[in-house]
Amino acid sequence: MLELRNITKRFGDVLANDHVNIKVHEGTIHAIVGENGAGKSTAMRIAYGFYTADSGEILVDGQVRDIKSPHDAIALGIGMVHQHFMLVDTISVAENIVLGAEPGSSLALDLAAAATQIRHLSEEFKLAVNPHAIIEHLSVGQQQRVELLKALYRHARLLILDEPTAVLTPIEVEEFFAILRRMREQGKTVIIITHKLSEVLAISDEVTVMRDGKVVGHLKTADTNAAELARLMVGREVLLRVEKPEPHVGNTALQVRNLTVTGNDGGKRVDGVSFEVRRGEIVGIAGVEGNGQTELIEALAGLSDPTRVSGEIIFLGRDITRRGARLRREIGIAHIPEDRHRRGLLLEFTLAENSILGFHYRPPIVSYGDAFLDEEAIQKRANEIIHGFDVRPANPSLPARALSGGNQQKLIIGREFKVDPTLLLVSQPTRGVDIGAIEFIHRKLVGLRDAGCAVLLVSAELEEVTSLSDRLLVIHNGRIVGEVDPKVATVEEIGLLMTRGH
Amino acid sequence: MKLLRQLLFPFIAVLAAFAVGAILILIVGDSPLETYRLMFGSALSWPDGIGYTLFYATPLIFTGLAVLVAFRCGLLNIGAEGQLYVAAFAAAWVGITFAQRSGWILIPLCFIAAILAGGAWGAIPGVLKARFGSHEVINTIMLNFVAVALISYLTQYHYRIPGDPIMETAPIGAGAYIPRLGKFIPGLPERIPLNAAFLLALLCCLLVYLFLWRTKWGYELRATGSNASAAEYGGVSVRKQIVIAMTISGALAGMVGINEVLGYRHRYYDGFSDNYGFTGIAVALLGRNHPVGVLISAFLFAILQRGGIPVDAFTEHVTKDIVQILQGTIILFVAAEAFFGETFQRLGFFKGSKV
Repeated sequence: MLELRNITKRFGDVLANDHVNIKVHEGTIHAIVGENGAGKSTAMRIAYGFYTADSGEILVDGQVRDIKSPHDAIALGIGMVHQHFMLVDTISVAENIVLGAEPGSSLALDLAAAATQIRHLSEEFKLAVNPHAIIEHLSVGQQQRVELLKALYRHARLLILDEPTAVLTPIEVEEFFAILRRMREQGKTVIIITHKLSEVLAISDEVTVMRDGKVVGHLKTADTNAAELARLMVGREVLLRVEKPEPHVGNTALQVRNLTVTGNDGGKRVDGVSFEVRRGEIVGIAGVEGNGQTELIEALAGLSDPTRVSGEIIFLGRDITRRGARLRREIGIAHIPEDRHRRGLLLEFTLAENSILGFHYRPPIVSYGDAFLDEEAIQKRANEIIHGFDVRPANPSLPARALSGGNQQKLIIGREFKVDPTLLLVSQPTRGVDIGAIEFIHRKLVGLRDAGCAVLLVSAELEEVTSLSDRLLVIHNGRIVGEVDPKVATVEEIGLLMTRGH
Repeated sequence: MKLLRQLLFPFIAVLAAFAVGAILILIVGDSPLETYRLMFGSALSWPDGIGYTLFYATPLIFTGLAVLVAFRCGLLNIGAEGQLYVAAFAAAWVGITFAQRSGWILIPLCFIAAILAGGAWGAIPGVLKARFGSHEVINTIMLNFVAVALISYLTQYHYRIPGDPIMETAPIGAGAYIPRLGKFIPGLPERIPLNAAFLLALLCCLLVYLFLWRTKWGYELRATGSNASAAEYGGVSVRKQIVIAMTISGALAGMVGINEVLGYRHRYYDGFSDNYGFTGIAVALLGRNHPVGVLISAFLFAILQRGGIPVDAFTEHVTKDIVQILQGTIILFVAAEAFFGETFQRLGFFKGSKV
């Protein structure tokens, strides 16, 4: 139904798409995989008219079409859901869906008609959303359904979904896949851009693999496996499993006693949690997202409003419950935050400037009378991180915004490792990071553990916490509901604890 | 090079505004070329044009820097107007009260008074924001009214010379006068009020640059403005930064008082500010919130202000309202950058964007 022929697109010196050929058959779910920056989003944005190709042609239903803007694409029945939703938060679902394609005359907006049509669509595809709900009150999963409805409302026959599962919880992902399968049954064609291999194998009929702007493989999903896809994506053999030696556990680094964190609404986000983390071990916290992991880590890092925290946080025998983030960093607690854009980076700042966040007031970064930043020391540190952690492009004067998610994450990890931490708090270390980098990050975490650091790891990827952790705690509703041995516990066992709490 | 590219958009905005102005001048029936020639010719003539243009630029540099510092911390200081009034009055008060002292003591005292008063007036909305989360835009606007009313009251009822029909205070002591630049520059007559405060303004540009981009405190302030959550994560106290930024911002606005009271009128003259505080917002915006940009855009606004006078007098139809129109149009075009930026990017004007 859609075919890209010899599409080439250049951004400055970067060849984003190099003679890309992709053929998508009607009524299939077609996955496009590749690492960040492989050019998959660019190719699809060209198909959607968001960019114009430098050369090459686009065929829709066998005919060469000139798609100059998303408007043209929509007219041809192509819809796209972006990674970051394009919804107006303060208006209703129905209003969002009709935005730009309003029914009724130009004077009177016929929202009732729209609502009816939206209901039909939601029933047809089992996309349960209340048309009158306000967007900001919806969960991320529901907002995504609104995006899908928006495309369907515009009579899209082909839906392009850019990293649709990045924002979803494991359960939402399952529901979302069910929706996609239903769409396929109804004759729609779906293109899903992703870099998660498990998802490719679970949902797609065909796969196109891209690397460095080129198509390096076109396969039937049934005929391939994760290892082959990973090798095509990265261009070399990739270890999908973490290899780690037995831990050498030392003395206790962190003791948490009866820690409770209250939310804005007075509800307990973390509820009487007690545990400890010793040097030389990785303690994982598994749980469905939103069960208090974020609040727990923020409280440990000293980023919570102290009036909302009770209990005791003891680090190397010292009570730090009432101490701020600055002191905690100074005494050896490093933190890789779950949301790198919100917490971890100053996106407009350069890599060099980002590499000193949290160290910017201490020697050797500050010299000349304890006031001025030492440009040389900053460059030196930035280059050490960039080379030690393979941050690309390796240019310290680029703004952090210009990096892909994986490289941003490597920069943060490099920065935090630079302190030689005694305790590392790490949340979702590989979220939105491509396979090559995931392997790298996992190895670094294990290396830090083996050097005698205590690591507390939170991750929504069950596979990640079970394979990395030496001990695994399960959190549910703000409480630690169990500790399991990740070497023997089954996914079902952990899954049950995560969802039911017992 | 990077800076040049930064200044490209403001430059285009200015050109576009002059094009719009030209159309309006044509409509009212004058020659745009002639009008602009008058405007720039007079504003850049030596010595009167340049002298006055730089004199007009001085307060705009201060207020532009004030807005810039707050903005770099993520704050919008609409209160420079109030801050500069309070500061000017404070400088005058010290100059009057200690009029007998010698310049060596009096000038520094007046400087300190202006800087402290402006800083304190700026700190109020800073503290309110840091402590209670109340929005600085509302509070700075409100404090403008309070400042103007308060200072007018003090002038009218306590510091005016009895019988003086003008709303102004008694003169400050002669020791507090700062020299006019005409004293040092051959060919520049001393009647032109361009004074040492202009040099102070240049120095402030340099200091603001060094502070923001070369010190750990500036780093913390900019980090707060760029992403407060990340700054907090990096061990920066966001509340403290808000107070610091607003205080520095107010202090910079307050230095307008030095130009006005110590360098020009030698007394507090009520209502002296020609909206310097508000024009400062435009200056900072056009100058890309960078000290060099502020310097350039303050100079441009000063040219318009100075050049508007002969335009008013020597053209058939055009009045000096053209200055307001040009200023307004420039700001509109600068503000429209977000729109143009995207269009330009799509047309491939900027290379090397993220794939």
